[in-house]
Amino acid sequence: MNFQEHLPALQVVLPLAAAPLAMLLRDRLAAFVPVLAATWAAFAVSVLMWLQVDATGPISYAIGSWAPPWGIEYRVDSLSALVLMLVSGVAAVVLPYSRASIEREIRQENHYLFYAMFALCLTGLLGIAITGDAFNLFVFLEISSLSSYVLIALGRDRRALVASYQYLIMGTIGATFIVIGVGLLYLKTGTLNLVDMGARLQEMTSHRPVLAALAFLTVGISLKLALFPLHQWLPNAYAYAPSAVSAFLAATATKVSVYALLRFYFSVFGETAVFQRLPMEDLMLILALAGMFVASTVAIFQDNLKRLFAYSSVAQVGYIVLGISFDSVTGLTATVVHLVNHAVTKGGLFLLLGAVMAGMGGVTLSRVHGLGRVMPLTAFGIVLCGLSLIGVPGTAGFVSKWYLILAALEKGQWWLVFLIVLSSLLAAAYVWRFVEAAYFRAPRADLVAVHEAPAGLAIPAWIMVGATIWFGLDTSVTVGSAARAAAMLLGTAQ
Amino acid sequence: MNPETLILAALAIPVLGSLAIVASRKLPNLREAATLTTAALLFLVVVQFLPGVLAGERPSARLLEVLPGLDLAFSIEPLGMLFALIASGLWIVNSIYSIGYLRGNDEKHQTRFYVCFALAIAAALAIAFAANVFTLFVFYELLTLITFPLVTHHGSDKAKAGGRTYLGLLVGTSVLFLLPALVFTWHVAGTTDFRPGGILDGRLEGFALGGLLALYMFGIGKAALMPFHRWLPAAMVAPTPVSALLHAVAVVKAGVFCVVKVVVYVFGLDALAGATGWLVGVAGFTIVAASLVALNADNLKRRLAYSTVSQLAYVVLAAALLAPLSVIGAALHIAAHALGKITLFFAAGAIYTAAHKTEVSQLDGIGRRMPWTMGAFAVGALSMIGLPPAAGFVSKWYMLSGAMAASHWPAVAVIAASTLLNAGYFLPILWRAFFRPTDDAQHPHGEAPLPMVIALTLTAAGTLALFFLPDVPLALARDMLGGMP
Amino acid sequence: MEGAIAHIWSHFDYWAMIFLAMAGLFIVIARGNLIKKLVGLGVFQTSVYLLYVAPAKIVGGTAPIVAPAFKVYSNPLPHVLILTAIVVGIATLALGLALVVRIREAYGTIEEDEILRTEAAGEADGR
Repeated sequence: MNFQEHLPALQVVLPLAAAPLAMLLRDRLAAFVPVLAATWAAFAVSVLMWLQVDATGPISYAIGSWAPPWGIEYRVDSLSALVLMLVSGVAAVVLPYSRASIEREIRQENHYLFYAMFALCLTGLLGIAITGDAFNLFVFLEISSLSSYVLIALGRDRRALVASYQYLIMGTIGATFIVIGVGLLYLKTGTLNLVDMGARLQEMTSHRPVLAALAFLTVGISLKLALFPLHQWLPNAYAYAPSAVSAFLAATATKVSVYALLRFYFSVFGETAVFQRLPMEDLMLILALAGMFVASTVAIFQDNLKRLFAYSSVAQVGYIVLGISFDSVTGLTATVVHLVNHAVTKGGLFLLLGAVMAGMGGVTLSRVHGLGRVMPLTAFGIVLCGLSLIGVPGTAGFVSKWYLILAALEKGQWWLVFLIVLSSLLAAAYVWRFVEAAYFRAPRADLVAVHEAPAGLAIPAWIMVGATIWFGLDTSVTVGSAARAAAMLLGTAQ
Repeated sequence: MNPETLILAALAIPVLGSLAIVASRKLPNLREAATLTTAALLFLVVVQFLPGVLAGERPSARLLEVLPGLDLAFSIEPLGMLFALIASGLWIVNSIYSIGYLRGNDEKHQTRFYVCFALAIAAALAIAFAANVFTLFVFYELLTLITFPLVTHHGSDKAKAGGRTYLGLLVGTSVLFLLPALVFTWHVAGTTDFRPGGILDGRLEGFALGGLLALYMFGIGKAALMPFHRWLPAAMVAPTPVSALLHAVAVVKAGVFCVVKVVVYVFGLDALAGATGWLVGVAGFTIVAASLVALNADNLKRRLAYSTVSQLAYVVLAAALLAPLSVIGAALHIAAHALGKITLFFAAGAIYTAAHKTEVSQLDGIGRRMPWTMGAFAVGALSMIGLPPAAGFVSKWYMLSGAMAASHWPAVAVIAASTLLNAGYFLPILWRAFFRPTDDAQHPHGEAPLPMVIALTLTAAGTLALFFLPDVPLALARDMLGGMP
Repeated sequence: MEGAIAHIWSHFDYWAMIFLAMAGLFIVIARGNLIKKLVGLGVFQTSVYLLYVAPAKIVGGTAPIVAPAFKVYSNPLPHVLILTAIVVGIATLALGLALVVRIREAYGTIEEDEILRTEAAGEADGR
């Protein structure tokens, strides 16, 4: 069998097969092994596909050999290859971490469930990024969402249950909106294949059902994206979920939703419908700015560090959407590059917070007093990720800010430049709160003897932190891929 | 060794030195030896570049390409050579002084101090050697971050508050103003390289040009232009060797270095003709206002801090006048003020260590108990006022000549007035110290510990030497304006 | 007036869909009981099934089984899609109910306002 040919299918099938295997193998270790193997294999597959797309262009794969547009097509182009690599890469780092992390956070008899759900969530996320069929996208979206509801509910705190329920309600409403949008599009075009849909919609961009579909899809995806003001579910979900889950979701779930938005906006509807028939430019701009400022401000006043950085995520999603609102190559480059940069930054941050949780027993600001003295490496890692959130040069976050500012300058919108840098200062304010607690206070009496994080937690976390610094200095992969993807989306290149 | 490797070696030496300091943290004498050896080695390496730069060479090195078209790259031109010499040379003296101060005051966290110091010097050198605005910005930010633990060394609530102001103002100005300026420069010019004659090529006029200049000037918060100067007095909460570092060796020097570098190599003196009037006004206001505050300050370090704000504004004023003579004076003043101010801070720290005195009103008769210290203080004060035989006279002479050549009489008036004000807040200290009777017969004290006295004598001697032998800095300053690409 | 009634009648399935969707959303938002919210969610999802299935019946079309006598068939694809959507809906409902059971165990209530009150009190205690 020629593996190379079937890589797209393997990308989804490998983690999908590992899930029931983990369910059947009740033992903690026995359930872990197949999921780990599948995750790392999925990462290898994504890298191979990325290299192939880089060399020879988009890959089209017909599931079950049913030719598109009637069969379901898996399509890997420069944007999806990047997202696939990102998601599987993050999973490959988080899964080994989770083994050590859930020892302390989830009851032993439920570990196999965690691994099974993790594999399913990964399947769903990878499926969203790789599928070329609109309804298939919804199915994978629900697979990933349902498994993430379970993952969140596995948290120790009973508030995790309420958070998961709230996420379920809002997420399902969002998914249903997406289905309505897809339904309207199907009714108008008669096809579910994204590429085919895009071609057929070209003459129909002013028809009301098409615009209605665009609206429904926007709202539905924005719910998943946690775009202000549809972000209510995110802070609690990230705060009370197990640490490994927070890290994984923070780094992947919203990013894949951004991918879905980009795919629908540029490959299906096209620029004309989105930016000229509807005032998306202004609307996204306003919502993005609102998210950036409101969420950053709320973050400053949080006591729970996970909740603080969850609000920070809402703000960072604002940056990503801001890039879309520019409707320019530079703007979209900023969006895609921040997709990657924020994923590694927030992933690393939540992994480190998991180490803090393990060592200090909690992640409130009062608990992390003196963290700089007790767990110096971990505290320093959090500071590094914080610097990336602010956008200090030498970190990945700077690269994203650079392109955002450049995109604003290209439009001559100086007021927007100042708003962007001003919100960076808000990020500095909430990072400062951590620095103050960790370095300027003495540790609590009962926490003085805490040790630095164990290797099982520290190594994956530092891989992500290392990536944050690496992508701030060597941007050939991130910016190169992002620029190519942006050009492809806007139709200026393939 | 070819120049490229030598540049990277020069930057690597303090970093490697910091590792050696960490490794020898359990053996204080070994650790101190590591610092001194690293500093001496660094100075020797930096001096290697001097003959070549004076002859017109511009050694360069490229580190890596961060964004397409944006490199982290280094290139040594005369002004950078001057700054590098000051920073690396004064590091040696400051280290000697620090040994005396930290041990004399039994300070905690000494290893952290020496490590951060070494890394701060590395950042300052990287700023000195930066070949483009992007590299400058990267290491400018790093310098802020690495000096933060030094400023908040004591860890007290006051230290925390001072640190907050320090970080808030410096990061705030650089993110709000300097970053947009950098991106805009890239957007307009297609490059951020430093080139003689500037890179803007006449693409910006009037309001846009003035706006970009303003973004740069206020974005370079380390130059302490009002109203963004408050971080400097706030940072006085740090131990005195840190204050010396901030004021003389690295931080403010990096600030005014960036100002002159941007004016000469990004804009170009010709391109700015007629666009800098407002800057002369702001700088002039800063000079006078800061001097007035210094007049009223009783705390010695606070007085010295506001003196620095005023002296830095001299450099900005001289650069803003755009006259070749005054720009040379600005470059010279970077060196002269460094030597003079470090002497003054060393003396202040010596007074604190030996006599535990911090206020000017307590300094009656101290000159008789600490003759070396106050003698050095006198030399530093002369340099600030701008009187021979101190180095400050040379730089002030050039600045005045430039102002008169440009027929900018308000600037001349400001320089003259501030000279009087400087005398007004320095000479009384000297008079108190030498001509008033001491009032502490119950608590006699002698001179400060020996390392501190050695250090301040060296810098005082340097201040005098620069007056008598200004050739090298003068040649570098002149070269900067007529430099080859 | 005649035209309006005819218009509504000819599109009654879509009007039903809108009615159900709005009713479902309203229940989700307005009701505090966690199970009732899930009921509302279910109603909302069902309205979408209508949106897909209603247009599948092609005017003059017969059942989608190929036979030589017939030229126009109804569209089976939306039915397939809806089967998938129904399954997704069932999974969501099951998961939601499981969560409600756990919440009942943890909080002793399934009323949203009581849960929020308990949480607010807990926060005030500085948990």
